[in-house]
Formats: sequence, C-alpha cells, structure tokens
Amino acid sequence: MSQPSVQPSNKQADHVIELREVWKTYRMGDQDVHALAGVDLDIERGSFWAISGPSGSGKSTMLNLLGCLDRPTAGKYTFENHDIASTSDDQLSDLRLKHLGFVFQNFHLIPQLTVQENIELPLFYQGIDPAETAERATAIAERVGLEHRLGHRPTELSGGQQQRVAIARALTNNPSVILADEPTGNLDTATGDSIMALLTELHDQGKTILMVTHEPDIAAYAQIQLVMRDGKVESLTQNQNPTRPATRPQGTHA
Amino acid sequence: MIASRFIRNIRLGIKTLLLHKMRSALTMLGMVFGVGAVIAMLAVGEGASKQALDQIRRLGSQNIIITSQTPASQTGSGTMRVRMNIYGLLYDDLARIQESYEAVERTVPAKLIRGQGRVGSQTLELRLVGTTPDWFELVDRNKLAGRVLLERDIQENANVVVLTEHGARRLLVGKDILGSTVKINQGYYTVVGVIQSESMQSGSMQTPDQDIDAYIPLSVAIERFGDITVTRSSGSQTRELVELHQLIVQIESTDQVEPTAAAIERMLTTFHPDADFKMSVPLALLRQAEATQRTFNIVLGSIAGISLLIGGIGIMNIMLASVTERTKEIGIRRAIGARRNQIIGQFLIETVVLSVAGGLIGIGVGTLIPWLITEFADMPTVITLWSVLLSVFISIAVGVIFGMYPAMRAANLDPIVALRHE
Repeated sequence: MSQPSVQPSNKQADHVIELREVWKTYRMGDQDVHALAGVDLDIERGSFWAISGPSGSGKSTMLNLLGCLDRPTAGKYTFENHDIASTSDDQLSDLRLKHLGFVFQNFHLIPQLTVQENIELPLFYQGIDPAETAERATAIAERVGLEHRLGHRPTELSGGQQQRVAIARALTNNPSVILADEPTGNLDTATGDSIMALLTELHDQGKTILMVTHEPDIAAYAQIQLVMRDGKVESLTQNQNPTRPATRPQGTHA
Repeated sequence: MIASRFIRNIRLGIKTLLLHKMRSALTMLGMVFGVGAVIAMLAVGEGASKQALDQIRRLGSQNIIITSQTPASQTGSGTMRVRMNIYGLLYDDLARIQESYEAVERTVPAKLIRGQGRVGSQTLELRLVGTTPDWFELVDRNKLAGRVLLERDIQENANVVVLTEHGARRLLVGKDILGSTVKINQGYYTVVGVIQSESMQSGSMQTPDQDIDAYIPLSVAIERFGDITVTRSSGSQTRELVELHQLIVQIESTDQVEPTAAAIERMLTTFHPDADFKMSVPLALLRQAEATQRTFNIVLGSIAGISLLIGGIGIMNIMLASVTERTKEIGIRRAIGARRNQIIGQFLIETVVLSVAGGLIGIGVGTLIPWLITEFADMPTVITLWSVLLSVFISIAVGVIFGMYPAMRAANLDPIVALRHE
C-alpha cells in the first residue's frame, strides 16, 4: 500500500480529509467488484490535487466518496472531522451543502433556472433570506466575471461561461473543498485554461481542490498528482513546479 | 423567513410548470372537471332539496294534515240521475281528535267550497275556505293588511272575508280593499284583511290556498252552504255530502308528531273503513325528502369523486414522467446539498400548484354550470360556501396524495446514478 509519503512532516497538519483502509465493493451479478480496495489518504487543507487513472481504476468512485455522495463499504472516511460511515443521509446532504462545491464536466446547471438562480441554489437550500442570497450571488458572479449574464438561461451561454456559473455555484456556500470532475473535458484549450486559471486562483485563496482529470496538461496545475489503478493508489507525486496560468484579465475570455 | 421560502418554492413550482404550458394545462383539465362536477352537482342537489324542503316546511313540521277524499269504492246511493256521495271527515272526528289525544295542541277544521267572487263586473274563480281563527296560527303566512278571522266572527256568524294578496289585487283593482264588499256565490262579505299568497309555484303541496282563497268563518260556511254540494253535468246530478274537507292538527312537540299521527290514523280507520280520508305528515315527508336527498348526494358525490380520482391519476402520471425527465436535475440538487425532504417538498409543491390551479378553475366552471342550469332549465341551484371550501380542500388533498409517490421516487433516487443520467 503506497503511503502518503508526500504529506508534510508536520504531525499537526490540518487534514480536511482522511481515508483509512477504505473499501468500496459493488455486487455485479454474483461477483464482488472492488471499486476501491483499501485506500489510505490524508488530504491537507488548502492543497490542490489531481486524480487520474485509466477508466475502471476507481477514480469516479473515489470522487463520489470524497464528495460525500457515497459511503465506504469498509474502512474509515473522515471528512471535516465527521466519520462518514455513521452519518445519516440528511447529515451527508448538510456536509455537501456547507463544505463541498462540485464542478462537473457537463456543467450540470439546471436549465429552467437563470444564471442567478443556479448560483443561488446552495443558499436557497441553506434557508438564507432572499435579499442576502441575491447579494452574495451577485458578488460571486462578479468574481467569475459573469455579473452581466445573471438573467440569462444556461443554454444561452457558451461552455466556458456555463462552467464559470458552475464554479460560482460551487463557491456560494464558501466551501472548504471543491471537487472538480474533468472540469475542462468539454471545453476547448483556451477556455479550459481560463477555467484552470480560476481554479488556481481559488486554490491561492485557500480552497482545497480535488480534481479528476485524464489530461496531463490539466493535471500539471495541481500540487499533488494521484494516479489510481485497480482501486488502489498507484502513485502519489508532489509536483514541484505546478503550471501557473498566464495572467489574463478576468472574465474577458469565454 | 419560512413563509418567504415557501413563497419562493411556490413561485419556482409555477415557473417550472409554465415551461410546459400545454402539458400542465392538459394535466389540470382532470381537476377542472372533477372539481367543477363536485360543485355543480352539489349545487343542483342543494337547489332541488331546498325547494322540496321549503315546500314541506311551509306546511309546518308540527302539523298533521287530514283531507277528505272520495273513497276508492264509491258507495253512492240513489238513481243514476241523482247520485248522493257521502264521505269524508265528520264534525265528530274533529271532536274525537281534539279530546282523545294529549299531544294535540289544537285542531283546525276547514270546509272548502268552489265559488265565484264578484265585485262590480270583475269576477274571479276562487275557493272559499270556511275555517276558524286558529288556521292563521298554524299556516305560516304574513298578514299584509287589516286583520285575520277572529273568535268573535265565528260566534256572531259575521259575513267577513280575508283575501289573499293575489285575490285582492285581481278582484279589487284600484279600490280600497279593506271594507269593500265582495259577492261570493249568493252572499255578500266585507273584506277585513289580506294575507300573503302562497308563492304561485307549480307543483306545490296541497294546502288550503293553493288556489286563490277567500277565508270566511266556519260557522258562516256551514250556515250558508250546508254540507251538501251539487255538481251538475250533462243532465245528471252528483250530490256530495262532506262535513269537513280538511283538518289540520297541531301537535305539541315534533317528537310526538309521528306517534300521534299513527294513533289518529288507527282511530279514524275504525270510523272510516272505506278510507275516505288521507293523512299527510309534513315532518315524515321532510324526513323522507332529506333521506332521498342524502342518497342523491352520495350518488352524485361518487360520480364527482371518480372524476377527481381520474384527475389525480392524471397528475400523478405526469409527475412521474416529470421525475424521470428531471432525474439529472434531482441529482444536481442532491449533490449541491438538498435533503430528501427538500426534493419531496419541491415536487409536492408542483403537484399541489397544478391541482389547486385546476381546482380554482374548476370552482369557476362549477359556479358557471349551475348558473346556466338555472338560467336555461329553470331549475333552482344553490352554491353553498362549504362546497367551495370542500373543493379547495379536495384540490390540495389530491395534489398531496397523488404527488407523494412521484415526489418520493424523486427523493429516493441515488444522487450518483441521477447525476450520470442522460
């Protein structure tokens, strides 16, 4: 089992996520398939990870688990000091609501809602009053350069703009961890770069970013590169020289 | 804050439903007709029942009405040319009823005689009612002018008459009514009072003044007309000997009405073996009418209920389709952190908005239909507040009941699977 050797030596490190001997087993017909087969992992607060691996390596399962959408079959998963095995469905929802932001390959915006309403969703579920909700959503839209698109529907936006909306939505609840599943997978290179610039900026501001990608160029933005194979951590490498985005005025490219 | 969230949820629900205007409208149709049917049917039922009950109530729920009738087997005596039919209630019956039953408050006899009223050249077919002052106590009719018959009139054999409003208007056009003299058959009477006519609705129950009535003291009627009436037709002559045409018996309390009616009937039957009288008990009719009405309402209600059920199933069907169609949306909401209950709430609000919107339109349709029925078919209808409230309640209930299953389906989707759904 590969140990998280790249973790800082400081024992008091602030781990937002800890996995101990985590297994995830699915029953396929009369066969047990181990999507995760004993994973140990410590993820420090504020780190930027790229998770890659061939299909079937368990990286999607890993992301679902890290994103508190799933519970491990065996082992211990601690997220923000909560033992996931013993949390109810509602508690998992609350963890996602308060501490996690998702960014998906296909953007996953709700088509019948406007940009503003999409961004407001996490606040809506938190029960924050409409005035404050609108104020915060506008502030975040400005941050991703979409303040002039608030009244539009997602279908009226370009792919890059949609992904910015998704990132804005992932930010409204001020989460500690942002999970990005192939965030540039559906975008052209230039647009992808601008999205990566945004994620890097968020990382610089202290967010923990966990990104699944199969593109080495994209993975190069991360500090730590985790490669999975057959449900196990195959390798874990510290990227001494992460890609820095070319400085470009925010929101001009979409 | 909870209220404002709730309003936002409703607005969002309406917005989502408006995305599929045609679909939402068609889905609502079931509710529109269901609720419309409930209100319309209840209005028609209520109208019919009110009409029947009003008529019966006017007869007095404490009264028993006994009327003379020609017996089925006519035992006339005499030749073919001159027949004499003797039947009906007797003065003795009046005395027997008045004296034998404790529950009897009072008994009012009446003689009914066909007559023709005349004032100058104005004539009017009317019915003379020879009765006692108590008649005006038992039958619910307003006094419009002057006075009704008094005990004094009976004792003095006073030639006075009380007219009904219709009679007075037609006979004494443009004249001072009170104090006028009216000729009825061979006698002259002074008008002392006018009472309200019974409404001239067709099909009303038999009461002494279904026709245009003129009330005179019973003693005068006996003195002037005796007990025999003669009808001539094509050369033959029919004589009828009837002492009293009608008895109205008032009973102390309503719970004594039916037992006393049964006792009186038994007693009368022993004296009148050939059934030359007829009893009607308004209270029993009232009960019967109410029971019939209940059955009627249940049948109508069931039919309306079935249409509501179909409406509800229609809504459920559409919502199930909607859940499938919006699987990904549900996955996104769950990933963002929506709890199961919040998903249930969202879908329930959509179904309730659909069903209540349908219900409100249904209330409109349901008020329009009775109005059309009254307008064109001349049937009375009554839209009660409770039927409208019931419809609103039913609409909400249909939305909740038929929305629950699709909403639970949505909430129980595995967010991971839902997110992957294309």
